[in-house]
Amino acid sequence: MVESPFLSPEPLPFCPGCSHHLVVRQTAKALTRLGLKPLEVVLVTDIGCHGIVDPFFRTHTVHGLHGRSSALGAGIAAGLKKGKVVVYMGDGGASIGIQHLIECARMNFPLTVLVLNNMLYGMTGGQPSSLTPCGFKTPLRPEGKLEPHYDLCRIVHSAGAEYVSRLNGTGDFSDGLVEAFSVPGFSLVEVVEICTSYGLRYNPGQKTEALAQNAGLEFGVWRNPAKPVLRLTLDTNRASLLDEEPITRQWTAKVENRLGILLGGSAGGGVQQAAELLARAAIVSGLYSTKKGTYPVTVGTGYSVAEVVIDRQPILYTGIQTPDVVVVVSQDGLSYTEKLLSKMSQGLLIIDESLTLPPSGAKVITQPFVKMAGAKNATLLALLYFLKSTGTFPVEALLNQIKNASRGGAEVASRLEVQLSELTKEEEHRSAEEHKEV
Amino acid sequence: MVLTDGSRLIIESLARAGADVFVGYPITPANLLYRYAIMRFPAALSAPDEITTMQWLCGFSATGLLPVTATSFPGFALMLESINMAYMMELPVVVVLAQRLGPATGSATAGADGDLLLLRGTISGGHPLPVICINSLEDCWTVPPLALATAASLRTPVVLLTTKEIVMTQCSFDLKKLPEVQPISRPGCPDVEHYEPYAPGADLVPHFLPVGNTLHQVRLNASTHNQQGIIQHLSAPGLENTARLEKKMYANLSRYTRYSLDEETGADTLIVAWGNAALAAREAVKLLRSKGKKVSLLLPNTLLPVPPEYLDIISRYPRVVVAEENLSGHFRTVLFGVQGRDGVVGVNSLGKMIAPEEIVDRVMENGRVAFFIS
Ligand code: SF4
Repeated sequence: MVESPFLSPEPLPFCPGCSHHLVVRQTAKALTRLGLKPLEVVLVTDIGCHGIVDPFFRTHTVHGLHGRSSALGAGIAAGLKKGKVVVYMGDGGASIGIQHLIECARMNFPLTVLVLNNMLYGMTGGQPSSLTPCGFKTPLRPEGKLEPHYDLCRIVHSAGAEYVSRLNGTGDFSDGLVEAFSVPGFSLVEVVEICTSYGLRYNPGQKTEALAQNAGLEFGVWRNPAKPVLRLTLDTNRASLLDEEPITRQWTAKVENRLGILLGGSAGGGVQQAAELLARAAIVSGLYSTKKGTYPVTVGTGYSVAEVVIDRQPILYTGIQTPDVVVVVSQDGLSYTEKLLSKMSQGLLIIDESLTLPPSGAKVITQPFVKMAGAKNATLLALLYFLKSTGTFPVEALLNQIKNASRGGAEVASRLEVQLSELTKEEEHRSAEEHKEV
Repeated sequence: MVLTDGSRLIIESLARAGADVFVGYPITPANLLYRYAIMRFPAALSAPDEITTMQWLCGFSATGLLPVTATSFPGFALMLESINMAYMMELPVVVVLAQRLGPATGSATAGADGDLLLLRGTISGGHPLPVICINSLEDCWTVPPLALATAASLRTPVVLLTTKEIVMTQCSFDLKKLPEVQPISRPGCPDVEHYEPYAPGADLVPHFLPVGNTLHQVRLNASTHNQQGIIQHLSAPGLENTARLEKKMYANLSRYTRYSLDEETGADTLIVAWGNAALAAREAVKLLRSKGKKVSLLLPNTLLPVPPEYLDIISRYPRVVVAEENLSGHFRTVLFGVQGRDGVVGVNSLGKMIAPEEIVDRVMENGRVAFFIS
């Protein structure tokens, strides 16, 4: 036995005749042939017979979780500036961590994974893995595995690995490992073995070559064109998230107490944006505000509800138990808020005239917000109407926010301003008529 | 003044504190954290799932980087085994856990504070995992650096606990009052020649050398191991090392203990609240005091392991009201056990924020309330 700078001289811990001996020695040989020093290599292993070898390596060693060593190795490889990461996993590990292998290939992490495919989970008593061919007998399936296997090399190759090979785990295969280790990006080598303790006992006389052939597993190399290798680069000059323009106070609000405002509409109806603009307008008016949204997981359909709290005092609690004001512009919004509305014994409900009035103790205002402003801007028109009729804070504060919100904002704001004045004129006219009648 | 959310403050604060890399798998309500981290962190990657996320993070951490992820319960559940790996390997990682309503996938867009008991049992064997909680928008700025510093200095995963209400609600906020964030760096190894991967320093934390360094061999190991990082079965050195992991957390607890205590002289009632309920509790204290009721308030940031200071504080009060947005009273159970204690009651909720008035009502109640009834 030739001493290797990569391995301690003690005997390896595998059963007599196990091909893992060979894989370990061929790994050491290939790394030496590449001129690497032990501390330029990180060996990552996981759970399985192969994993008990790491104390024998003089490289850095990382012993992780079953099936996860390729993902752990990927993180190490991407985090390192240089050096070679070699990962060991069994066929069981590859079955567990197939997603990790596909991602390594797709993203081209710079590491080499050696899958020590001995056709079963050796450490846990010999159940077949997803790589075990149909018919192969194991202690836990003595009648032979019934289900099909998959071809790991083809899967990883089709995921974009730069280099994939399947080797017969006999003789000297260090040339193949040198080739795989030399790939700048991701490479995978599947070494076909048979666990002597469990595999050969149940499949006496079985040879790796015949086994592979019968299972339709070719030995060979599959390549993809080289692509960028994923090593992390740290950009410590990223722009701050806090560089946004502060909102400066321009108006004065009349509001004295905390107001909880609930906006109910439909997805795509601009409810969330209207709520945010209202919250901003409150700040411009010298108030504190909070805004949160509620919507189903499919954000493009169904209800869209927003809660806005405004207060003269800093807001500690951001919830609304019973709203002071509810604005509803669609049936979705009404269905969502109906239960809450029925519990309101006071407060204000501003609702589109197209909707059936729900039972509520709130004071009700109905107007044709949707007819006038369209579904998209109905909530904004209703909010402007609310501000105008209550004087909570100046209408201009919200109009200004709408103007600056988007490129077409100025146009939307001036249209809404006209619609608001039409609504209020009608309202004034109506109350004058009512006054006359009285 | 700006209109901002907790996610933005948390990510900005972590980046300023020296976090290097974020790996994300999107999950509500942690989505904004993910989105901002991609924009702000020195490096960021999208992972295909949470197990991959945590494995990549551990790999980065092994090379000396300070990594962060953000998730919610279903994702955290998938990360559990890998968090144990990070704990055993002694790799710093910060997991921002934005809680939502469970069980299972529950309601993705509903807030809750329901993961604390899971966190208490996260590490197999019951070893303490530092869990540091955000109780306000201000905390979103000041608490993340503590989580990162704890992870780095103790070589451990740390959970930075928050909730949907804090990370997704936009609030008016004065950026000018934010203090400077001091950058953190991972302590290195002063004596490379005598380095052993798991030989404890005076504070029971082993010195760190990154894998891949060309000065000294590093061995990291997720299985029971000795000081050299060599796998062990039940050998004395192996078990000693495992026991040290637990001792390390307690021995350094004062370094990561943080809470706010608003004590009123003559008060017989202490309100304890964390997460969402902390928002309501501060309001409740204002209301109670305006009614002339003397009351004190403890808002713990460090939830696990429980700092001994909390027990001292609590022992001074015949009545303790613990407010938290879960049904069974997670922190109440942690503090008082299943049997509870005379004078201890909870304010709890499912699928809705606890209102300040509910806390007020419970404080004003007299007599003992059954432990399980909220
Ligand atoms: S059980 Fe099988 S795989 Fe494991 S060491 Fe023995 S022969 Fe090798």
